[in-house]
Amino acid sequence: MITRAELRQIAANGVWKQNTSIVQILGLCPLLAVTTNLVNGVMLSLATIIVMALSGFAVAALRNFIPHEIRIPVFILIVAALVTVVDLLFNANLHELYNVLGIFIPLIVTNCIVLARVEAFANKNPPLQSMFDGVFMGVGMLWTLALLGGLRELIGAGTLFSGIDMVFPGLQPLQLLPADYPGLLLAILPPGAFILLGCMIAWKNWIEARAAARRQLRTDTALAAGN
Amino acid sequence: MMDFTTPPYLLKTASVQRVMLQVLAALLPGIAAYIWLIGPIVLVQLAIATLAALAAEAAMLKLRDKPLGLFLGDGSAVVTAWLIALTFPPLAPWWLLVVGVLFAIVVAKHLYGGLGQNPFNPAMIAFAVCIVSFPALMSQWPALGLKTSFGEQIDIVFGLAARVDAMTGATPLDAIKTALKLGEGAVDVPALLANQDIFGNFAGRGWEWVAAGYLIGGLWLWKRGIVSWHAPLGFIGGITLLAGALWLWNPAQFAGPLFHLFSGGAMLGAFFIVTDPVSGCTTPKGKFVFGFAAGLLAYVIRVFGGYPDGVAFAVLLVNICVPLIDMYTQPPIFGMKNEK
Repeated sequence: MITRAELRQIAANGVWKQNTSIVQILGLCPLLAVTTNLVNGVMLSLATIIVMALSGFAVAALRNFIPHEIRIPVFILIVAALVTVVDLLFNANLHELYNVLGIFIPLIVTNCIVLARVEAFANKNPPLQSMFDGVFMGVGMLWTLALLGGLRELIGAGTLFSGIDMVFPGLQPLQLLPADYPGLLLAILPPGAFILLGCMIAWKNWIEARAAARRQLRTDTALAAGN
Repeated sequence: MMDFTTPPYLLKTASVQRVMLQVLAALLPGIAAYIWLIGPIVLVQLAIATLAALAAEAAMLKLRDKPLGLFLGDGSAVVTAWLIALTFPPLAPWWLLVVGVLFAIVVAKHLYGGLGQNPFNPAMIAFAVCIVSFPALMSQWPALGLKTSFGEQIDIVFGLAARVDAMTGATPLDAIKTALKLGEGAVDVPALLANQDIFGNFAGRGWEWVAAGYLIGGLWLWKRGIVSWHAPLGFIGGITLLAGALWLWNPAQFAGPLFHLFSGGAMLGAFFIVTDPVSGCTTPKGKFVFGFAAGLLAYVIRVFGGYPDGVAFAVLLVNICVPLIDMYTQPPIFGMKNEK
């Protein structure tokens, strides 16, 4: 079973400390190509979360039966089978969105985040922990892709949630900036993704540096008080 | 000429401010020709860019805890601002210039470490960002036949009047490019150059004199020793070589070197962009290679590419190669031979 402390640590690692997009900088290909708006980023992340949770569970459950020498091909087989399931599900239920995301859903199988977590975590830990690791790594990816997609969409087109009608047919995208906003096309293009991702990494490092400085100050004052 | 002195000489210290002021002065002949061609709106654009650059520079210096007076007064931000204002279409809306300047100062300059640290030319970053983001606005060059009053121009720049398509015309480079795209025999380039009213004596009508103004300013900079001859000569050589070769091969389809040197941003680029001491090469041989490569690329992009001019993209691409060029063109230490 899984203890509360373990779960907390897995969650903290996935969402913040080992965040796939802004710490490990993994899976840049879908990140750059798909986050042209918020909905695409979130939906691709959701698909990835499903794949990661299931593959983490499956690989961890089978980890004692997989020969060490051929573990990578076996992992890929398992992941590919799960991706095919997700791919067919998207195609059947969210067909329009499936057309937009295109090749990037099948490509989840080659996403280094999935293989990295399977190899680094699920291969060495029990199934339940591995499943939660997959979920929280995916959640880390979800919020970074959502933030990046939202920023790119807002700066590039002045809207938010465009394409939401493909997921929830009744909803309409928000027009946040005035309708005559010309749109900084650069933000939608790949360079914009790189620049904004760089800003997000800098923001995360800045927060960490500030926290570290505060911790240092606290230990210093504690030491001074002790003396 | 006759004031002989004997060595050793004391060198006059070249402060950043002195250099930047002379660069600004060297831009004046070109600016004067530009005002004669377009009108005083050019001064308004220069003022908008300068104000935006100084504000952005001050804000970034404050954020980075740098001394405000020292860096703000060095004039480097103003040079960037002027180059941006001179490369953007003169009737571009005011916010387009501000976006360009902000990108140049905040992203291209200060995020990379401020004055002297930027690997890319800030003014060219501004141009590239804006032409990629707003291709329509960045391609609207005023049609020369049409006379607009200063008041009308102000209204257009500040968005008080509607932007009218009829006020903009194809630039000489666009016309030549269209002729090339239409294919052999469709348009005869020599006839085009001779007949159409947008072409002047040897390049675009009016624009050729703006380019000549930059040339004069650039030669003065060279005379003053602010820029060495390597980069400009390399750049001009690169364009001349490629333009000349294609022109000799098929004069009906390609315009000659003189046209290309005095069109678009070629002259401004040769003396004020590729000579940037920060983002360019540092070795003499390297400067020449840098200029030459930028010239070749600028020609290829402007003639075969989709954008109105290629100088900005060419310079940015060669900026990436600067460390490599510098490494291979290291001059031998005095008294030593380079190892083979």
